[in-house]
Amino acid sequence: MSRLYDFHGGIHPPENKQQSNGTPIRQLPLPPLLHIALAQSVGNAALPCVQPGQQVLKGQLIATPDGRLSVAVHAPTSGTVLAIGEHAFAHPSGLPATTITLQPDGREHWQPRQNLPHWREAAGSELRDFLQQMGVVGLGGAVFPSHLKLAAGRLQTLVVNGAECEPYITCDDRLMQERAVDIVAGIGIAAHALQAGEVLIGIEDNKPLAIAAMQTACHGSTFRVVAIPTKYPSGGAKQLIRILTGKEVPHGVRATELGVQCLNVATLYAIARAVLHGEPLLSRIVTLTGAVTHAANVEALLGSPLDWLLAQAGLPAPATEVIMGGPLMGFTVPDLAAGLSKAGNCLIVKNAAEFPPRPAAMPCIRCGDCASACPMELQPMDLFWFAKAKNFGKAQEWQLFDCIECGACSYVCPSQIPLVDYYRFAKSEIWAAERDKKAADLARRRHEFRQFRIEREKSEKAERLAARAAEQAAKLAASQPPASATLVASDDDPKKAIIAAAMARAAAQQEAKPLSESHIQALDDAKQAAIKAAMERAAARKAAAQPAAGAAADSRVAANPPPASGMDDAKQAAVEAALERSAARKAAAQPVAGAAADSSVAANPPPASGMDDAKQAAIKAAMERAAARKAAAQQANSETAANSVSASPPLASGMDDVKQAAVKAAMERAAAHKAAAQQANNETAANSVAASPPLASGMDDAKQAAIKAAMERSAARKAAAQQDQQDPT
Amino acid sequence: MTSLLLALLVMIALALLLGAVLGFASVRFRVQGDPLVAKIDAILPQTQCGQCGHPGCRPYAEAIADGSEDINKCPPGGEDGIKKLAELLGVEFKPFAADAPQPKPRAVALIDEATCIGCTLCIQACPVDAILGSAKMMHTILASECTGCELCLAPCPVDCIRMIPVGTDLTNWKWRYPTIPIKSVKTPAEPRA
Repeated sequence: MSRLYDFHGGIHPPENKQQSNGTPIRQLPLPPLLHIALAQSVGNAALPCVQPGQQVLKGQLIATPDGRLSVAVHAPTSGTVLAIGEHAFAHPSGLPATTITLQPDGREHWQPRQNLPHWREAAGSELRDFLQQMGVVGLGGAVFPSHLKLAAGRLQTLVVNGAECEPYITCDDRLMQERAVDIVAGIGIAAHALQAGEVLIGIEDNKPLAIAAMQTACHGSTFRVVAIPTKYPSGGAKQLIRILTGKEVPHGVRATELGVQCLNVATLYAIARAVLHGEPLLSRIVTLTGAVTHAANVEALLGSPLDWLLAQAGLPAPATEVIMGGPLMGFTVPDLAAGLSKAGNCLIVKNAAEFPPRPAAMPCIRCGDCASACPMELQPMDLFWFAKAKNFGKAQEWQLFDCIECGACSYVCPSQIPLVDYYRFAKSEIWAAERDKKAADLARRRHEFRQFRIEREKSEKAERLAARAAEQAAKLAASQPPASATLVASDDDPKKAIIAAAMARAAAQQEAKPLSESHIQALDDAKQAAIKAAMERAAARKAAAQPAAGAAADSRVAANPPPASGMDDAKQAAVEAALERSAARKAAAQPVAGAAADSSVAANPPPASGMDDAKQAAIKAAMERAAARKAAAQQANSETAANSVSASPPLASGMDDVKQAAVKAAMERAAAHKAAAQQANNETAANSVAASPPLASGMDDAKQAAIKAAMERSAARKAAAQQDQQDPT
Repeated sequence: MTSLLLALLVMIALALLLGAVLGFASVRFRVQGDPLVAKIDAILPQTQCGQCGHPGCRPYAEAIADGSEDINKCPPGGEDGIKKLAELLGVEFKPFAADAPQPKPRAVALIDEATCIGCTLCIQACPVDAILGSAKMMHTILASECTGCELCLAPCPVDCIRMIPVGTDLTNWKWRYPTIPIKSVKTPAEPRA
């Protein structure tokens, strides 16, 4: 017998194990429904791979692991997938989680089981992938994926955790008593995978039957069963390693770096069932105890509803609180409709005698009892102080993250302070701050790259333009040495005409710049560019075609986009309308000295060539609507002038009806203009933006209607915002 | 007299020597940029929303560093951010001005894809390139990259972008601060004389 070591602190709470450790593990009938949550392990929730309504067999994969830190989930019995959606989840937050609801068909049809018979020869990675696909996680309560724990190699010691130190819980005790052979087989597999030199099985000495059963099963092997003194929390991984090997795992170091790994007996049992029998993790042993009539251990399918489970043990009053896990580290289940998860080792129904309500916390008297009880040798009173003051940086300096939340400090506190609640609060705040920091760093990187990208694009464009200009200048010089650029305008060579046009445009742009200084400052570059482009286009069009009829208006912007040929008419119209409105908004935002100006933007949608009657009707209706709205706006803002944006109908092209429509529209426009001009005499200006709805052709009506509504809404919002600006009261 | 001169010479020599060392150090170990700006920038939440009146978080950090701007202009940073800035700069905590934008819960933008006309205006407005799409094609927002700055809302001509508050789920749930439940204490009825 090698010597045993002791760890600092620890407590001896009443064990309360005798209620449930006397009877064998009970097999339960099939529950009416199974609620299998997808978040069954530390890390990412699994991704469902079945559809509602699908028939599944027992052991069939229903959710695949999402990444390395995640495990698969399987159907615990054969049946029908009823739903995949949010359902109550056994978690202290009470938040729902994505859950697969399965209706058992009662037949328990297995799918063909595939074990790993050659595990001795298999590569480590093959065994690990197999365990991940079998959904094996640590069943001691922490549900850490087991395949990651087997990733270490060449261990000195494998520590098998059968301590089960927390009061009330007896599931590992019964498992060791009844299924020691399978556990030892699992130890063999894990010891082989980890190439462990020695295997120490630590069991608290309050479980003599389990110790005897394990010793019998280990007979003939090199595994050693060690009875350790009963003291909470000897079942903590670091504490058990300390007891059995004398090694203390320092801060920030993993046990594997010291050549030790710790695995729970129930986990090893699950590994054995998976590797030797091809059974995925479908069920677990649960201790049902506390205020139930038949406290016992049961083998329950994962996803069994907790209230159904408790009913199997005889629940006297349904409205009582239930703790999942032990009384020291567990939490009160917010909703008993939740399904059993892989973490659910024990359900304790609270009764008033054993779980009196915790008295109100008194001030800390700095007695130091918590420090002498802390198994991690921390200073719980200082951590409490920092957490309470939300001084998280200081709490971290005092090794808050070494706290295993065992609850020994809260147990001994004479002031009844819920110390662990403070540590949990501090930890989750620090995690949240780290998440925010990460998000901020990502945003900063992306923002900086965007700025770099914009700069790069600008310089590339400038280079390109310079290169092209140089090329063309060279060509020009070669073809017509004496001619100057300004004289080429009247020439009929198309290339030269284009160059001339470009130069004229550039000149116009430069001329236009000083005029709208304030404008430019107010706008962002992209929009300004869009407006300018529209204006240039309009100017070019005007120069090319006959002058537009609008001689009355002084600040009129006519946007004549090219006729749509390959493009969807309606979409184009919508984009145009958006651009025009944005231009109008900008124009309106620009403060005009003195009296308000009548700046009307006339939009000429693409000329309709082969329009059908329905379209015409739509246009007419739109125009009438616009006119009506304008009239309403005038009436409503009688003291304000309207910077109205009117939309003119498409150009008539030969057809009688279209012509008539155009005439009508022109008349309406003229009327609107007159009204607007009258309003312009007043002092304050309001801007009503009336946009013509886009024309529908290829687009479906619903979408068009939605866009129309959205645009109207947007216009209204913008008008309101402008009025707010102008009218601060 | 000679001792006085000697002392004077020694002092001058020392001064020259130390001055040379300091001059060398100031050239050799020059710190590029303002480290204070980087520290302030690290505290700011990097939403790049411009609610402070500066075109991004870094310009605001520069303005704070040269003392031309208050520390209470960043609503996404919350009061926590102001506290951190106050601590860093050694100034008093200053609450948000009553008429200034107030902090609100974090949200992520969502484009109604049925209404989007593909104008690309929001793409140009997004400071962190979190919007995908091209001209006349539907746009969509990368929720994981969106900082919730709301800069895409104003340019949208069809008002198809909404802000969806980021809810609590199992991945970002936090333990609450332990509170003492308040119970009503019944005072015993005063015995009447």
